[in-house]
Amino acid sequence: MSDTLPLSIQNNRRLEKWLRLQPDRTLRLAVGKVELGQGNVTALAQIAAEELDLGLDRITVLSGDTQDAPDEGQTTSSQSIEVSGRSVRLVTAEFRARVLDRLAQRLNCSPGEITVEDGAFHRGNAPTGHDYWSFSADEDFARDIEGNATPKPPSSYRVVGQPIPRRDLPAKVAGAAFIHDMVRPDMLHARILRQPGRGATLAALNEAAVRRAAGGAFRIVRVGNFLAFVGPDETVVQRAAAAAPLHARWEAVPRLTPAMQEAAWLIGQPSNDRLLYDESPPATAGTVLQASYSRPYVAHASMAPSCALAEFRNGHLEVWSHTQGPYPLRTALANVLDMPGESMTVRHAHGAGCYGHNGADDVALDAAVIARQIPDHCIRVQWRREEEFGFEPLGSAMHVTVRAALDDAGKPADWTTEIWSATHVQRPSTGGNMLTHEALPTPPPDPRPTDPPEAAGGGGTRNGLPLYDFPAKRIVHHLVLRPPVRTSALRGLGALPNVFALECFMDELAGHAGVDPVQYRLSLLSDPRARRLIENVAERCNWTSRGPSGSGRGVGLGWARYKNKAAYAAVAVEVEVEQEVRVLRAWCAADAGLVINPDGARNQLEGGIVQAISMTLKEQMRLDAEGRTSLDWNAYPILRFSEVPEISTELVHAPDLPTLGMGECTFGPTAAAIGNAVAHALGARIRDMPLTRERIAAALLA
Amino acid sequence: MSIDLTVNGKQITVAASETTPLLDVLRNELDLKGARYGCGLEQCGSCMVLVDGEPVYACSREVGTVAGRHVSTIESLGGTHPLQLAFLEEQAGQCGYCLSGIIMSAKALLDHNQVPTQADIVAALDKHLCRCGAHPRILRAVEKAAAALRQGAPR
Repeated sequence: MSDTLPLSIQNNRRLEKWLRLQPDRTLRLAVGKVELGQGNVTALAQIAAEELDLGLDRITVLSGDTQDAPDEGQTTSSQSIEVSGRSVRLVTAEFRARVLDRLAQRLNCSPGEITVEDGAFHRGNAPTGHDYWSFSADEDFARDIEGNATPKPPSSYRVVGQPIPRRDLPAKVAGAAFIHDMVRPDMLHARILRQPGRGATLAALNEAAVRRAAGGAFRIVRVGNFLAFVGPDETVVQRAAAAAPLHARWEAVPRLTPAMQEAAWLIGQPSNDRLLYDESPPATAGTVLQASYSRPYVAHASMAPSCALAEFRNGHLEVWSHTQGPYPLRTALANVLDMPGESMTVRHAHGAGCYGHNGADDVALDAAVIARQIPDHCIRVQWRREEEFGFEPLGSAMHVTVRAALDDAGKPADWTTEIWSATHVQRPSTGGNMLTHEALPTPPPDPRPTDPPEAAGGGGTRNGLPLYDFPAKRIVHHLVLRPPVRTSALRGLGALPNVFALECFMDELAGHAGVDPVQYRLSLLSDPRARRLIENVAERCNWTSRGPSGSGRGVGLGWARYKNKAAYAAVAVEVEVEQEVRVLRAWCAADAGLVINPDGARNQLEGGIVQAISMTLKEQMRLDAEGRTSLDWNAYPILRFSEVPEISTELVHAPDLPTLGMGECTFGPTAAAIGNAVAHALGARIRDMPLTRERIAAALLA
Repeated sequence: MSIDLTVNGKQITVAASETTPLLDVLRNELDLKGARYGCGLEQCGSCMVLVDGEPVYACSREVGTVAGRHVSTIESLGGTHPLQLAFLEEQAGQCGYCLSGIIMSAKALLDHNQVPTQADIVAALDKHLCRCGAHPRILRAVEKAAAALRQGAPR
């Protein structure tokens, strides 16, 4: 049985790790996945309430805590409901079955005769006088999970499938709600003078000048090339840190060039190269068409610069973090600080949306390093805005060349997607270094570039293989080894650039064949779930009457199945292009199998569309010799209220099909739909993101 | 140095330098955490509060400039203001970091304009950034709150 158990249960077999009854007639569900603004904790509570027949208000959730919650690794890759949700369902179904089996023996009846109403057990219509709190025993908890209980059939669901409001939102519209708002005894505020790049050494700091600028008392903590300003007054340490770069002289700072900011720079750099899927050489006979697409480096650009708290008391280090993975963070901190993991606790506290691997883990190390130097205080480190833009890992630039050998009907007989990209996952657990580790007296070796395996959806290759019925299709992947900036996971990894390339090229091929792009796709696509979504959005956006190309208004469409195995989404957009692209409307249809919370799901679909519009039209991290230059919201603009379109989403009702992770599924399709809509509007195609004013002008002149 | 001002209806005196950012005074002296640090540059709106009813970026506003004036933060809304209720009804947010500032700008709008058009709402909120992409829900929530207020919901 255990080989079919979800990973979360395999790694946390004891039931007591997941469930605990509380004296106030509530049940505490403990999970390793954490709330990042995506609503997963509310959905997991719904699953538990459903299987246990408990009111939702009787379930509290502890999430992300290395002392009291299970280890479920990272909260990434749209896995919270697919993996943790499946685990919670099995755990709660098993707990219910264990308790009811014992009760049935006591009452000398079959378990099927017992029903549960808000935690109380009934036989027939009569109360038994027992409930979870009175009848469960230690033996129900102190056992391994077997995974052999049968969960409820979806047809009987009363809580799952309902648009239950998010549990965490009331605090967030009222006041204190975030890690940034925590106040602990003996708290000191800290800010960092950042090492400008790997290997840079601090040759001199004009401390007197920094102290003049700060205008108050603070300590300077220096460990190697890591330097922090620490004191009781946050305003003072903020001023110190803002002034410090002007008064610091660094040596051996890595130099960059502006050319490095473009995806094209990646071509020809040292790389690990792989040929995936069809291993035959690309066909060269007949008509071969080829086009190249790109996306530059992009930032997670979280609304809140990263923050962490750490306390070192009596040899124990306690860390509060908005990390995606409390246990992996503990492992990473233990390695860097050379402390046993058992002498540390990492607890999750809410942060702003991260959309991947941003500064969350790095700031936790900052706080921990300072806490080791100043024990018996709580050290609160708040990154500054320019620090988050300047030092968080970026989503890698990608250059994607798509090549198709066409048959007589103009359809691909042979397809190659060739991808140049840096790594998309560079966490400490996968070869990356924590930022401050590189500034410490014993810095780690060079980061070791790896990408997630294809079975996990790949990184640079994510969604690079088209799901169309082509006779031969392959990926050539160049994992570029030494990018100019640190890169790591950003929502969808390679999916956005790859779906942009694939789905834009499909429109180009349709144009070459003289076939309507929707019809062209449908003629090459046998997956009924995908076909249904494309037909759905085509109808809703009035595809067949979308008008001629080149009018300045355009409609375009794109679709993907995220990771080629998670949720399906199709997106159509209408754009108006004058000097800039304006997305006027967006239509989306998604199929995520069983949806736990349809409103939460729609919120993710909508948010993914808005964020993808922003990335496609506006975003690029710029570089010069000194490093990154897009260090505030003027230099790194994102989509504003006045630029957000009307969005209509539809979720396919498929409760009998397994849940498919859907937090990232609209990302690629939206970018592709915009690319195609802009081409339709202009009668000329822009293949490089972001689709800026300059690129529109250039496309029209070409 | 001490500065007198009114915060959420209460007259108070804070011991702070005139040049201390209002945001730091609210968060660290008065334990009002609803105004949030996002950029310190008047670019994102996470720190928005009202000064004499007008939206003001608390991050870079020196506290000395609000001496004798009325400052309102999200905490003054009590959690049950029609705007807060509408944001919850519409589930208008994901991570929620931007919301307290947005709600304060929306409050200033609705205090002045009982019948805002969608364009009015967009104009009032355009100085705010939201990275999660909750904008369509936020606009709906403000419209809903405006309607509730017109129907006499208590402010």
